[in-house]
Amino acid sequence: MPVNPELVGREFPPTAPYLVGREKVREFARAVFADAPQHTDVAAAHALGFADVVAPPTFAMVIQDLTLQQLLGLEDSGIVLSRTIHAEQRFAYTRPIVAGDELTAKLTVTGIRAMGPAAMITSDAEIRDAAGEHVVTATAVLLVSDAPVENEEAAA
Amino acid sequence: MNVGDIVAERTVHLTRESLVRYAGASGDFNPIHYRDDIATEVGLPGVLAHGMLTMGVASSVAVAALPSTARILDYGVRFARPVVVDPKTGADIAITAKVGAVDEAAVRIDLTVRFADTTVLVKAQLRVAADSL
Repeated sequence: MPVNPELVGREFPPTAPYLVGREKVREFARAVFADAPQHTDVAAAHALGFADVVAPPTFAMVIQDLTLQQLLGLEDSGIVLSRTIHAEQRFAYTRPIVAGDELTAKLTVTGIRAMGPAAMITSDAEIRDAAGEHVVTATAVLLVSDAPVENEEAAA
Repeated sequence: MNVGDIVAERTVHLTRESLVRYAGASGDFNPIHYRDDIATEVGLPGVLAHGMLTMGVASSVAVAALPSTARILDYGVRFARPVVVDPKTGADIAITAKVGAVDEAAVRIDLTVRFADTTVLVKAQLRVAADSL
């Protein structure tokens, strides 16, 4: 089944609220070798005016991933995970994510472009805090091939 | 900051432990990032680092070198080549952060990320608000 072109513009419900924990931010910071003190040291984060430790920029992927699960979970998407490559990723921030934030994300498929037997799917996950204020929009471009992925660039 | 200035340069050594740690921290448990048999089965040259781990390490190197007040406006990459992480010797990724453009609103940091002499991220750009530097 090829990628369903009618996914463009489809509305997805907001994800369940995700409470960002201080130890989760520290764990993530360690995993991405983020050694700037505001990621792990509460006093350093306070000194910069933040309520708690500041998540590294790519932490937003943890929330975005909840929306991509919604997309992959659709019966009619035509997206097969084993044939999908993460081709591009972008984040546009209003502010950094901070421990204590309660975040929800809303997915929109903004474009599908056929590339021979493959399709490029672009989606935006708009991430907002408990007050409804914008925090970051995470944009993923997925390349879904029609045949099994067999080149060495798979699933980077 | 002026165009061409090198903000940071660092080589980060990734091991299989790094991949397992990132899987747990991020929630991305795709087995191609820790199981050789599955990586081979799907035609990969070996177990790969998560693209998002490479992207995250690259921004960590830049952020650690910027003033702590730096406010990131946006950050984007294209994933061009995989990073194969050997079970015994791991993988070294070499990151260079250079000022790519400066205007009134923002300083654009261009990140070069290389593994085994190939560029793994393309158009890796992180923009920082000029008034936060």
